[in-house]
Amino acid sequence: MRKALNLENINKSYGAIQALRNINLTISDGEFFSLLGPSGSGKTTCLKVIAGFEAPDNGDVVIFDQEVTNIPPFKRQVNTVFQDYALFPHMNVRQNVGYSLKVQKLKGPLIEKSIDEILEVVNLTGYDFRKPSELSGGQRQRVALARALVNKPKILLLDEPLGALDLKLREKMQIELKNIQRQFKITFIYVTHDQQEALSMSDRIAVFNDGKIEQVDTPANIYSKPINSFVADFIGTTSIFEKVSAMKLFNLDSAFSVRPENVLIFDTEKDLIGINKNEYFIANGTVIDCQFQGSHLKITFSTDANSKLSAFKSLEGNINQIYDVNSKHLIAWKRSDITILNE
Amino acid sequence: MNNFFDSFSNFAFRNKNFIFLSFLIIPLLWLGVVYLGSLLIFLGHSFFHLDGFTGQIVYEFSFKTLLELFSSPANIDILIRTVVLAACVTVGSAIIGFPIAYYMAKFTSPKVKIFLFIAIMLPLWSSYLVRVYSWKLILAKEGIINWFFEKLNLEWLLDSILSTPVIGGPSLSISYIGMFLVFTYIWLPFMILPIQASLERVPNSLINASHDLGANKRQTFYKVILPLALPGVIAGSIFTFSLTLGDYIIPYIIGTSKFFIGQAVYTHQGTAGNIPLAAAFSLVPILVMVIYIYCAKRMGAFDAL
Repeated sequence: MRKALNLENINKSYGAIQALRNINLTISDGEFFSLLGPSGSGKTTCLKVIAGFEAPDNGDVVIFDQEVTNIPPFKRQVNTVFQDYALFPHMNVRQNVGYSLKVQKLKGPLIEKSIDEILEVVNLTGYDFRKPSELSGGQRQRVALARALVNKPKILLLDEPLGALDLKLREKMQIELKNIQRQFKITFIYVTHDQQEALSMSDRIAVFNDGKIEQVDTPANIYSKPINSFVADFIGTTSIFEKVSAMKLFNLDSAFSVRPENVLIFDTEKDLIGINKNEYFIANGTVIDCQFQGSHLKITFSTDANSKLSAFKSLEGNINQIYDVNSKHLIAWKRSDITILNE
Repeated sequence: MNNFFDSFSNFAFRNKNFIFLSFLIIPLLWLGVVYLGSLLIFLGHSFFHLDGFTGQIVYEFSFKTLLELFSSPANIDILIRTVVLAACVTVGSAIIGFPIAYYMAKFTSPKVKIFLFIAIMLPLWSSYLVRVYSWKLILAKEGIINWFFEKLNLEWLLDSILSTPVIGGPSLSISYIGMFLVFTYIWLPFMILPIQASLERVPNSLINASHDLGANKRQTFYKVILPLALPGVIAGSIFTFSLTLGDYIIPYIIGTSKFFIGQAVYTHQGTAGNIPLAAAFSLVPILVMVIYIYCAKRMGAFDAL
């Protein structure tokens, strides 16, 4: 597979703050790649380094085998969809979308044809002569996307493009973005802090924390095999048992995490008949919170060793099921379902 | 009694217009009657005329004075001279002011920005007359500019500049070049500050977006930064243009013996007692500004607002 992007030992500081620490990353051509992390973790800085808005303190940026570290953004074959869309307020939709073609001094009819085509792709035909101020958030988002795509970049950078949209629109745009990516067969590098978004759209994810990349892997592997407690905690809901608790409760010499959907809840010892106790970890839990979440209940327990644990209980059949706060239960999960965490 | 105040305050809270009106009535009267009213009365005088024989104002509606203004070549000269100089000063201020404003808005640290603000405002806090007179000394034949050219053995250059017809003169302090320099210096803050404010409102992400879409720095400047800063440039030019149109002190101190609108107004209403003609002269800057702003609006200068 051809390499679309290669970051080698990238470091970047702003004064005393180190935004990127020794970033190494390889992204293949045609991949949908997400940079995921909490705010301030360096993912947006990383995107700016790729786009060329920020120069790294050291390290190399290689785009399609061409070293571009010191090449200005307007000479790179990447385009960006900005978080605030950055549409030119004094230009209408057509002028915004055609901007990159116009500055290349392409022929008029060619520009018009390209604009028409891309507006159709993003479903904005008919909005040609509106100003950005006359568009809704979702429409502005589409203009920003069309403007970045019209030039047929080799890599499209997206900086939290759906952050400002409401949930319904966001889910719709996620599907559209994915479709556009398949249709255009270009590499998407997608910055987000929303782990659900990253999991559902990406081919691979890099999890950022404090300027470092913690883990690079497929969504399934990131979810089921988090490499450390940060990744386990950041992706999805998870319960982490510190080494001390793990030792005390289960005589296990390592911290581990367990997903709430893998936790079973039993009312009494008698109910444990039928499960193989050698295959399971079993603990006493006291309910400290019980939330209704539509298809399931999310129940938070405190355990004997001062650890908290979340469990999902499916509500099939009995929609009015409830767990009283302070009631005591037995909680169990398969030994094979835990993830051992390396500190 | 309490009840009365209570219901009064309830009424005032529900009727926002009542509150606005009670607060605004005095400033509105000031603006409407004292300011605009007297201005209109004065300008209205341009429709009266002076009886050439008695020297009395004839209070009859006629276009005599206006015709006199626009038919006398001497008056036309004054108008053209003033408008052309005002235009030159405006363009000069914009060319000097824009880079300073751009630097202030996009490249300085907050501390340097405050320093620059003070540096730009400071001259405005000293007397206008003092500043103009100091320029008179700087530009004079015995002044520092002449001395500097002499030391560099470049007197011939200064002399050849001054011997240029129309804009030259016996010395910098008695020439249009000198007036241009002094006007530009005096009005520059009024150009820099609005441009700076409008550039401040251009998000950096727009500049990044332009670069990202393949526009180099020059293209980005002409297609994104300048159009978005244009309302600021226009606002600044309204200041410099109208202030130059109306000023009579700089032409008086630095200028040649040729009149500008301000001097004409001053002489006609003071010495000559010809208030109608003075009023007619005053009408011109207002007309010019109206036309200028109208054209600027038609050309889309305020679209980015």
